[in-house]
Amino acid sequence: MVYKPSIGEKVFNLFNILFMALMIFICFYPFWYCVTCSLSKQADTASLMLLPNGFTLATYKDVLAREAIQKGYLVTIFVVVVGTIINLIMTTIAAFLLTRKNFAIRGFLTWMMLFTMYFGGGMIPTYIVYTQILGLEGSILVLLIPGCISVYNMIVMRTNFNGIPTSLEESVKVDGGNDMHVLWHIIIPLSKAVISVMVLFYGVGHWNSWFNASLYLQGTEIQPLQLRLREILILGQTAAEGDAGDVSTMAENIKYATIIVATLPILLVYPVIQKYFVKGVMIGAVKG
Amino acid sequence: MNEQSITLKKKPNLGRRIGDEIKRNFVLYLMAIPVIVYFVVFVYLPMYGLIIAFKDYRPFNRMGQGGIWGSPWADYYGFGNFVKFFQSPLFWSVIKNTIYISLLGTCFSFPAPIIFALMLNEIKNLKYKKIIQTITYLPHFISMVVICSMIIRFFQTEGILTKLITLLGGEKQNYMINEDAYRPIFVGSGIWQGVGWGSIIYISALSSIDQELYEAAVIDGAGKWKQLVHITIPGILSTIVILLIMNIGSILSVGYEKTILLQNDKTASVARVISSYTYDLSFGEGNSDFAYSSAIGIFQSVVNIIFLTIANTISKKVTDSGLF
Repeated sequence: MVYKPSIGEKVFNLFNILFMALMIFICFYPFWYCVTCSLSKQADTASLMLLPNGFTLATYKDVLAREAIQKGYLVTIFVVVVGTIINLIMTTIAAFLLTRKNFAIRGFLTWMMLFTMYFGGGMIPTYIVYTQILGLEGSILVLLIPGCISVYNMIVMRTNFNGIPTSLEESVKVDGGNDMHVLWHIIIPLSKAVISVMVLFYGVGHWNSWFNASLYLQGTEIQPLQLRLREILILGQTAAEGDAGDVSTMAENIKYATIIVATLPILLVYPVIQKYFVKGVMIGAVKG
Repeated sequence: MNEQSITLKKKPNLGRRIGDEIKRNFVLYLMAIPVIVYFVVFVYLPMYGLIIAFKDYRPFNRMGQGGIWGSPWADYYGFGNFVKFFQSPLFWSVIKNTIYISLLGTCFSFPAPIIFALMLNEIKNLKYKKIIQTITYLPHFISMVVICSMIIRFFQTEGILTKLITLLGGEKQNYMINEDAYRPIFVGSGIWQGVGWGSIIYISALSSIDQELYEAAVIDGAGKWKQLVHITIPGILSTIVILLIMNIGSILSVGYEKTILLQNDKTASVARVISSYTYDLSFGEGNSDFAYSSAIGIFQSVVNIIFLTIANTISKKVTDSGLF
């Protein structure tokens, strides 16, 4: 039997394809618009540009020459690299512990972690404890340690570890290996996919984060890129609106170049990594 | 000999058993130490900090007085900070703003990914589908600071979206300092950020529907619409219900990051939501009312839990599926 679509269906399919084309445009064009503005000699910000209005790279030279941006880049790169390594080590260990069937405190550990998915100190009590008791104010540790185990990511990892046949680890145990050997020689080599998902989840998270830095690192030299960006693009902007524009004198095309400089790394790795992201979410979604 | 075998059968005492367990899983216990330390110090200790909500909190002074435990209890048996919030002239305005934006989210941001997933499901060309997915997930990965600075640029007087609005007959102005425009911009940009990414969970639910059901329906002469109503929607209903309950359970949680980045003096009266208000009270210019804002934070969590429970109960009665 050959299925014949009705006229209504044909109309719907056409409409659907056009709708999806519009979605692609809406989700992609704003970024392209920023690129064209940043490359324009004189950004005409009120018109729909497909190509730059006179080509220049001077905007990027200007942005990259700024000390604030350079320092911000260094801090962010450090936090992304070191922070993600800490995330990976801690999350892998936590997930691994929860897969050990004959481990007496496994139940306790599970509850200790799951509980924090639903309850927490909240922004202010956390701030008080971190600054008054732990003395984290002004320390870069505050960007590395808090949140080093995301319970959600840990569950995704544990689900993945549980899928590895136990017969493999038994062979290690027979050879006299302990649980550390099992983790290092069996679990980790067989979990490259999920580990790369984690690298991406945590890495992008660190790249984009700004809030903790704004709370704890106010007035220090440790200002990640996103905070510098906020200073230049948002705080400067609102000030300018209030005081008839004497504060924000930066040209529009340079502002757009700043946006692109801060986003380019994500835009470049994004096409490569997005399939892993989806995979990671799917694993979590299935388990709830 | 005989005696020995009898002692072996006896259950060893507790201390001995713990010793054996630690010896057997020594490596695991070693690995558990950093994990437990992290959770106790960085996650559970801040919960201890919650008691400042019931205190007349003062930071440590030179005499060693004050601090979390040392501060005196608040009035009204410790509930003084809560009473202060309920009596505050801003109370109703903050609650109203929060619920308003939340409900706009439930009405528009919540169904958007569902509709998008259903429409995407009808695209049969896999390559085209893949491209659509890749591109619509993109805004989700861009940092909030960048997103907000783009929004601010696009809606300023010379911005491209302001231009679009004037072409459609609107006024030429800076929409970022317009109270009436704040909520549509906040919610609309939220849909743009989340519609693609939010659809993933529905796409995965859709792909788990048994394809034979559709074949059977076609043989029975059911058109696309009937297939949608009788197979597709029931197939993803439990996912929708669970996410809706979670959505209602966060009715008082409007994200502070985006609010803090987008609001300004001119729009504060409509932008101020509970989470951003607690932030302003603690870190805003000239403010450091930590105890008061902690109390507001607790109030937010309690109301959220109440709404979550109500939504869950109703859903269990009506659709037989719930979160807990």
